[in-house]
Amino acid sequence: MKIKVLTAVSAALIGSAGLALADPDEDQLVINGDLEIVTEAAAPDHLSDVMDTIYSGWRFRSDETQELEMDDFDNPGMIFVDQAMDSWASAEGSEGKSCASCHGDDPSESMAGVRAVYPKWNADAGEVRTLAMQINDCRENQMGADAYKYDSAPMAAMEALIAVQSRGMPVNVAIGGPAAETWEQGKALYYTRTGQLELSCANCHEDNYGNNIRSDHLSQGQINGFPTYRLKNAKLNTVHGRFKGCVRDTRAETYSPGSPEFVALELYVASRGNGLSVEGPSVRN
Amino acid sequence: MRITLLIPSVLALSAGTAMAEMVAPADVQFADGALETPLTSDAGDPARGKVIMTTRSKGNCVACHEISALSEAPFHGNVGPMLDGVGEYRTEAELRGIVANAKMTFEGSVMPAFYKTTGFERPGDGYSGKAAQGELPPILTAQEIEDVVAFLKTLKDG
Ligand code: HEC
Ligand code: HEC
Repeated sequence: MKIKVLTAVSAALIGSAGLALADPDEDQLVINGDLEIVTEAAAPDHLSDVMDTIYSGWRFRSDETQELEMDDFDNPGMIFVDQAMDSWASAEGSEGKSCASCHGDDPSESMAGVRAVYPKWNADAGEVRTLAMQINDCRENQMGADAYKYDSAPMAAMEALIAVQSRGMPVNVAIGGPAAETWEQGKALYYTRTGQLELSCANCHEDNYGNNIRSDHLSQGQINGFPTYRLKNAKLNTVHGRFKGCVRDTRAETYSPGSPEFVALELYVASRGNGLSVEGPSVRN
Repeated sequence: MRITLLIPSVLALSAGTAMAEMVAPADVQFADGALETPLTSDAGDPARGKVIMTTRSKGNCVACHEISALSEAPFHGNVGPMLDGVGEYRTEAELRGIVANAKMTFEGSVMPAFYKTTGFERPGDGYSGKAAQGELPPILTAQEIEDVVAFLKTLKDG
């Protein structure tokens, strides 16, 4: 009897601790003491029937993890930005060119604002291109160098170098016009329940953000912070790498990084974050 | 190993062999979401059910549900309702139906169907990310469903 009463009390305590965790926290993200990051914004119009407010995944992480992103000296992702700066200036391939040959020595000039608008329609190619596709297009067709493997370490590092030039700028991905078809395809994938667990992205990141799956505090699955340094695997993670992991966790056959399906999904998921700041490279657990 | 053993038994069942009395996933008949008849002739074992509910590769029910009686397993999720007392306000038939396929009780539920083998979009081979080879075994066997139901029945006066 006594024991039962006790269990009820501890259950109540656990319950309320759960409640306290239920929502994104109220913390503000300021990087290096002066770069203000928008981690909460009014949902873009195309989401108005499903949610009012969008949040960066940063708001769902523990204080310890959050702090690692507040100072570039603590952010392990910044090491890869430095590495990519070396690649930026190194000539590779048959043309003897580097990124710097076309875009200048200082990516903070030529690359500012780029991350914020990708994936983006490329009229010449007649396709929606992710940043990774554009990087590989430069490597293959401008430099005569080999493409990076889509979700490889050098690709993630180069994406981090480009993302950091847009940190603090609002994500502003275009979804209309020629990109509309790809966007619709991505949206359909977002709501498709895959695998033996029959779960869609929306089941976890729209219906249940703020809730816990076991020890995981579910965020909205935004990609404004990519590439992401994860404490779990101690490396920079690409958007498609993360998508693959999430699809696998539904006990499904995943799509491949760089596949047309994931490109479409990336466009759609990016657009769900229109209005949040570009945050990459971010830190997550 | 386990999986390879499982497939022939399911096949044998649908072929109608009368070895163990079991209802194959394809033959389960829901009535308003509930399943009156046990899926196996052997009674469920609540102790085994408890283990299944906290094992990641099995039920992993605590991923989504808080259950005080399973508090020794860390980190209960809250995607689903807390299950304390569920053995009081749900009948055995309702519980069996919910565990076998919760979507028959709660339309569109995020709760996975644990006794279902077909109708999946891009079914994978477990958590490998690769395509499933042939028909999938259900996530839980008939006996495991009965074990879980037996445990849920012990969750009284929460
Ligand atoms: C079974 C639940 C589940 C499903 C289904 C799921 N995810 Fe996730 N996802 C998680 C968990 C848990 C995390 C880690 C915690 C968090 O940030 O939400 C995560 C993280 C993410 C992140 C990283 C967010 C950040 O801030 O770094 C992205 C992006 C993401 N998911 C996108 C998706 C997409 C797109 C889909 C569908 C293809 C999907 N997820 C399906 C559970 C899921
Ligand atoms: C991915 C999340 C998830 C998992 C895993 C899960 N459930 Fe559920 N469960 C739910 C949700 C959500 C509901 C509430 C019904 C609804 O609204 O869909 C529910 C409802 C129930 C109910 C009915 C409760 C009531 O108040 O009537 C029972 C019983 C139950 N679950 C048992 C289990 C058992 C046993 C397992 C594991 C074998 C399990 N669940 C695994 C999400 C889950």
